[in-house]
Amino acid sequence: MPALGADMEAGTLVEWLKRPGERIARGDAVAVVETQKGAIEIESFQPGVLREIRVETGARVPVGEVLALIDGEAGAAAAAPVHATAEAPARAIAAAPPPRPGAAAEPEPEPVVLSGQRRVPISPLARRLAEERGIDVATLQPGADGTIGLAEVEAARAALAPAGAPAARAAGERGLDLAAMRRAIAAAMARSHREIPHYFVSSTLDLAPLLAWLERTNATRAPPGRLLYLVPLLKAVARAMASAPELNGHYEADVFTPSAAVHMGVAIAMRGGGLIAPAIHDVDRLDLDTLMAKLDDLVLRVRGGRLRSSELADPTVTVSNLGEHTADAILPVIYPPQVAIVGCGQIVPRPWVSDGGLVVRPTMTITVGGDHRVSDGRSAAKFLARVEALLKTPEAL
Amino acid sequence: MSATRRITYREAVREALREALLRDPRVFLMGEDVGRYGGSYACSSGLLAEFGEERIRDTPLSESGFVGAGIGAAIGGMRPIVEVMTVNFSLLALDQIVNNAATVRHMSGGQIAVPVVIRMATGAGRQLAAQHSHSLECWYAHVPGIRAVAPATVADARGMLWTALQEPNPVVIFEHATLYNDEGEVPGEGELAVDIDRAAVRRAGDDLSLITYGGSLKKALAAADALAGERIGCEVIDLRTLRPLDEETILASVRRTHRALIVDEGWRSGSLAGEIAARIAEEAFFDLDAPVRRVCSAEVPIPYPRHLEEAATPQVDGIVAAARGLVRR
Amino acid sequence: MSARDAIEVARTALLAVAPDLAGERIAPDAPFRDQFDFDSMDFMHFVAGLAKATGIDIPERDYPRLQSLADCARYLHERGWR
Repeated sequence: MPALGADMEAGTLVEWLKRPGERIARGDAVAVVETQKGAIEIESFQPGVLREIRVETGARVPVGEVLALIDGEAGAAAAAPVHATAEAPARAIAAAPPPRPGAAAEPEPEPVVLSGQRRVPISPLARRLAEERGIDVATLQPGADGTIGLAEVEAARAALAPAGAPAARAAGERGLDLAAMRRAIAAAMARSHREIPHYFVSSTLDLAPLLAWLERTNATRAPPGRLLYLVPLLKAVARAMASAPELNGHYEADVFTPSAAVHMGVAIAMRGGGLIAPAIHDVDRLDLDTLMAKLDDLVLRVRGGRLRSSELADPTVTVSNLGEHTADAILPVIYPPQVAIVGCGQIVPRPWVSDGGLVVRPTMTITVGGDHRVSDGRSAAKFLARVEALLKTPEAL
Repeated sequence: MSATRRITYREAVREALREALLRDPRVFLMGEDVGRYGGSYACSSGLLAEFGEERIRDTPLSESGFVGAGIGAAIGGMRPIVEVMTVNFSLLALDQIVNNAATVRHMSGGQIAVPVVIRMATGAGRQLAAQHSHSLECWYAHVPGIRAVAPATVADARGMLWTALQEPNPVVIFEHATLYNDEGEVPGEGELAVDIDRAAVRRAGDDLSLITYGGSLKKALAAADALAGERIGCEVIDLRTLRPLDEETILASVRRTHRALIVDEGWRSGSLAGEIAARIAEEAFFDLDAPVRRVCSAEVPIPYPRHLEEAATPQVDGIVAAARGLVRR
Repeated sequence: MSARDAIEVARTALLAVAPDLAGERIAPDAPFRDQFDFDSMDFMHFVAGLAKATGIDIPERDYPRLQSLADCARYLHERGWR
């Protein structure tokens, strides 16, 4: 069971999409898991043949539990647990072991070993209780302070208990529990407020060049091929990350790990309430049409409550775009373990000084929420200046 | 059930002295200024007039001399109550207490009992500076042959003395100097004596055990109140008896709450808090969900200015912060 | 073509974008965004659907004229949809 977000402790297996004996290609959706973020398709990062399903539908499974075994390609005897960590950022505790290509014919998945040199502190009580209850301590997710205590063991135990309500839910009703989603948002934001010393830096940018370019571009295209302004905006934000790497990455257990790739969380509102910010990968390197297609697909699937596990693997930075006919500015709150969030207000015509004269320009106020444990306002200022420069020549995006 | 009365800690000590003097003719009180002056903390005011110079005896400023005389009187069959002004001054009598009172029963093969009760004020908080403000209870609690008790409530101040007088071995009673003006409930009538064996759970809670004694109890209770507002439930344990420690009560609580915070006005190095932490680690290690923490006095002679005195000694804020850390909030 | 037909084609395009609105009353004169969550992505799909169903090329600058079902009907009529 992959961790589909920093705050996830368990998920309910609602459907197997593959049967034992079926071939699986890398990236195939193998199962559907229900989480606080809705129904998520779990993809395999391991090609092969599904050998054994270990978890029945309806079961609530703690993060790190083996869901199924896949026999590797070319008749290799080693079975790889179904897992989706390949794209996920490294964690102090790997939720499942990586497949060992050279491993002997031992079919049982290896007990998970603490990765890296750092030993995760676990309280004596937590260790004892985990042992008594048959919970592998390596599967336990540390708490916000990086240690494993009674609370983490209790959570894992609760997750192991047979689930009642979710299993009873009819298949057609699969989707979101909005109250649960609100609790998940609350938990993440409370943690953010508690742990992250935020700072905010804003700039109001002249979007006339961007909008003029967009109008020219879209005028030549049929409606389905047109771009939303959000697309070049996301691209500019993603590219500008290179000028402030301390805004892009994860802060976990007192250590900031910058990310070379820009996996951008895009906050998408659900109809009827709720918010989810799945990632589009490598936004800085996608051309605008591909980015538009990905965004389109993502919005569609968010609304349909069907996301993929790799999209929920933690984004490295998030953009929260208020959109049209909303409000002028937003002071966004960082989604841990990320260290920055970019908030975009609506586009508004404002008086603007250009060449010493007063003109009216479409403008947007962009606000960076940054994490003082990692960066200062200066980083955000540098980043915003870079966004502004990139948006002056949108054709180069 | 009879109604309770509300009296001050000082009145409780005075009532206890008076009760002892009335109930047992072998009991007498001696110490510096206990007679004509009424006691440096006014615990014995009026007793000289009621009981006379034979039983309320002012002594010279010689702790070694009058504590030694008290030990001798106890060996001789009396039930002396010796008042020492502060624990700092008791160091002059340490030889008598540790080398004589604590050892005589042992060295006489059990033939000679030393039923002396030695009372003294302890602790900071009254701006009496470094030579009057230290908390050295731990030194006495270190010594086998002595029972050390610390009444932290008015009821214990009222009830512990009589029980201590029944003990055939020396008992040292530590009265924290900030407690004398505090008010509390005591039973309206009947037997007021209380045990001097067990720790008391002053407040029940599930999230952590706040272990303390003496003058720190009220701070621990105030901290527990504040923490209750954050839904952190503290079990507050008043040790009452510092030697022998009631390990059973401490361990039972820690095994239930899984977290221990010890509040001790003594200095951390070589403290009673250290001893308790060690016993928890020895006996309840596998029940701990967090490292044992201590809130102790800063390792400086207790300063005179009020703000520095407060900064040097355990305070509610510090206890609350340490408790939050223990429950990882 | 009646105004009713134009409203119906717009409603069909709308439901294709937001199937969750099926069965709900959509006021013809009230702007979409006042009635339900309708963001720019939804709007884009709506316009694309409308253009496909009617065969009318709808340039981006006309988007502000398509904010309600009645708006759409008027617009389609002006653009000569039959």
